[in-house]
Amino acid sequence: MSTPETAAPARRDKNIFAALELDTRLLGMVGAFILLCLAFNVMTDGRFLTPRNIFNLTIQTVSVAIMATGMVFVIVTRHIDLSVGSLLATCSAVMAMTQTSILPDMMGLGLGHPLIPWLTIAAGLITGIVIGAFHGFLVGYMMIPAFIVTLGGLLVWRNVAWYLTNGQTIGPLDQTFQYFGGTNGTLGTDLSWIVAVIAVLATVYGLWQARRSKQSHDFKVKPAWAEVTLGVIAGAAILGFIAILNSYDIPSRRLARMFENRGETMPEGFTAAYGLPISVLLLIAVAIFMTLLARRTRLGRYIFATGGNPDAAELSGINTKMLTVKIFALMGALCAISAIVASARLTNHSNDIGTLDELRVIAAAVIGGTALSGGIGTIHGAILGALIMQSLQSGMAMVGVDAPLQNIVVGIVLVLAVLIDIIYRKRTGAK
Amino acid sequence: MTTPLVDMRNISISFGGVRAVDDVSIDLHAGEVVGLLGHNGAGKSTLIKILSGAYRKDSGQIFVNGKEVTINSPRDARDQNIETIYQTLALADNLDAASNLFLGRELTTPLGFVDDAKMEAETRKIMARLNPNFKKLSEPVSALSGGQRQSVAIARAVYFNAKILIMDEPTAALGVHETKMVAELIDELKKQGLGIFLISHDTHEMMELCDRVSVMKNGQLVDTVRVEDVTEDDILGMIILGKKPSKAA
Repeated sequence: MSTPETAAPARRDKNIFAALELDTRLLGMVGAFILLCLAFNVMTDGRFLTPRNIFNLTIQTVSVAIMATGMVFVIVTRHIDLSVGSLLATCSAVMAMTQTSILPDMMGLGLGHPLIPWLTIAAGLITGIVIGAFHGFLVGYMMIPAFIVTLGGLLVWRNVAWYLTNGQTIGPLDQTFQYFGGTNGTLGTDLSWIVAVIAVLATVYGLWQARRSKQSHDFKVKPAWAEVTLGVIAGAAILGFIAILNSYDIPSRRLARMFENRGETMPEGFTAAYGLPISVLLLIAVAIFMTLLARRTRLGRYIFATGGNPDAAELSGINTKMLTVKIFALMGALCAISAIVASARLTNHSNDIGTLDELRVIAAAVIGGTALSGGIGTIHGAILGALIMQSLQSGMAMVGVDAPLQNIVVGIVLVLAVLIDIIYRKRTGAK
Repeated sequence: MTTPLVDMRNISISFGGVRAVDDVSIDLHAGEVVGLLGHNGAGKSTLIKILSGAYRKDSGQIFVNGKEVTINSPRDARDQNIETIYQTLALADNLDAASNLFLGRELTTPLGFVDDAKMEAETRKIMARLNPNFKKLSEPVSALSGGQRQSVAIARAVYFNAKILIMDEPTAALGVHETKMVAELIDELKKQGLGIFLISHDTHEMMELCDRVSVMKNGQLVDTVRVEDVTEDDILGMIILGKKPSKAA
């Protein structure tokens, strides 16, 4: 008697998930992430889930997360990029020299010229794209394994960066440039809410559009309640995140300094919140761009097809060599964007910027469900992976775990995550 | 005699000093099935890959409908309405049926994005014709059976109005029922006026499906014969000994 009773609710649970058509793997990751946060919150007596720490966590994650989205494409096509940390350093060095020396002195623009940050960013992007494309050329056309090309790149670009700056720390960076770092560039309360509302509307529109497109071809659609539930969850998550960021007030001493810099005095009892950091907005823009690229463009389709079966892709008329160049060039561009965020956050370029980032980025992508055997991976998974890695690291630091033990734990988590993934894929029969 | 649909003349290709295909000429007419037979390494797959654009010939000429064409890539072959179903099926296992069917030729929206909904609808239509039992449209093709995967590979060729179809061991991985389905399909396509090159090891099957067979050995063409002029033993003799049957001219 008891068997059918216990079986029935289980089946209904399954039906609910099936109706929502959510990726159970993603749900598992979100669940693990939430558990992790709650556990750290308990261990730190509630300091982990404060607006302040959440704010810091997000801005610390951005740089690795941006690169992880590109690493997904690299790994999906069965390659690897070990040079991203070093490439970030070279891009950062180029940009540091461009904005503090080349443009102001050699080109005579003078420090603080309004064009400097934008020309600097352009120079950084070009550097990243050219070096990345060169890596892609060596891998795609010269047939050198990506592991070797980028292992070489790891050594080369780290030290090219050293030569560019003579090993010195270069700073302070341009004021406008620093907006991309996080703390020095946030939207404030009102703009953050506007962004949140736009995001919610875009989500609702996206869901509705997808449903309409399916209906127009007479495909089965989810029940309306499932669609609404999804919309509500997504909307609540967006608004909640912004509400948290908006409740983190700028420390009053820092506020006073900001008024002083503008030649004003701060009114008594004035408070202001940080709101959404521009760097996070940048990450969101990158995530949307990369997701569209992966799912809705031919380039993305070819990337996944090549990863699934390189021979089939080639026989279908896809130029897989040029594709490799494009993927590594894109990775280079993302390293440059990360270099902007990382150096702006530190307000200077230092010699060791991005050290070991290649491992964090690869770990984020892999924890996020990107299979090293190729063909499988998602952008949002990689970003979530980066967030999990960063939470783990900063949570352990807050709890007071010894530095060596922190790395031991991160290493074990990485291997465990992949093991769980392999078991999960076997159970569900997915490849 | 009418102009052949495909006329490959004096084709040669070498790999590192080995003549994989040595001065071979074959032709194919509309509404005809020509079989290519030979041992492993006889050069039949290599010859056919030259036609499908996977390899570049060292010398020789290819005529399609009497006009000489250059085929340097799979894309060139497709432009001549030459479609190939490979032995390995050449499917990206991680993508669904529609993505595989349209791989390299995606339908796009006016904004240039891939139009998945439309591709799925088209896949549904052609599958209803080829394999009415085919239901797993949104799953990766790795989840499909051998026969279903074969349907996807065939649909890919048929959907784009192939005039010339190359089938490399189309029944190698299939069960009895599915093999029969492929045979029926070949007959059907033949009636529609397609020319089909068929590669197989199965002499018996070839005798049933083909109008003519060309036998290759060590990269060279032994001979091309009409199946009604020869016995299965004659063909086996051609394959194994490389000797022309005495009866056939």
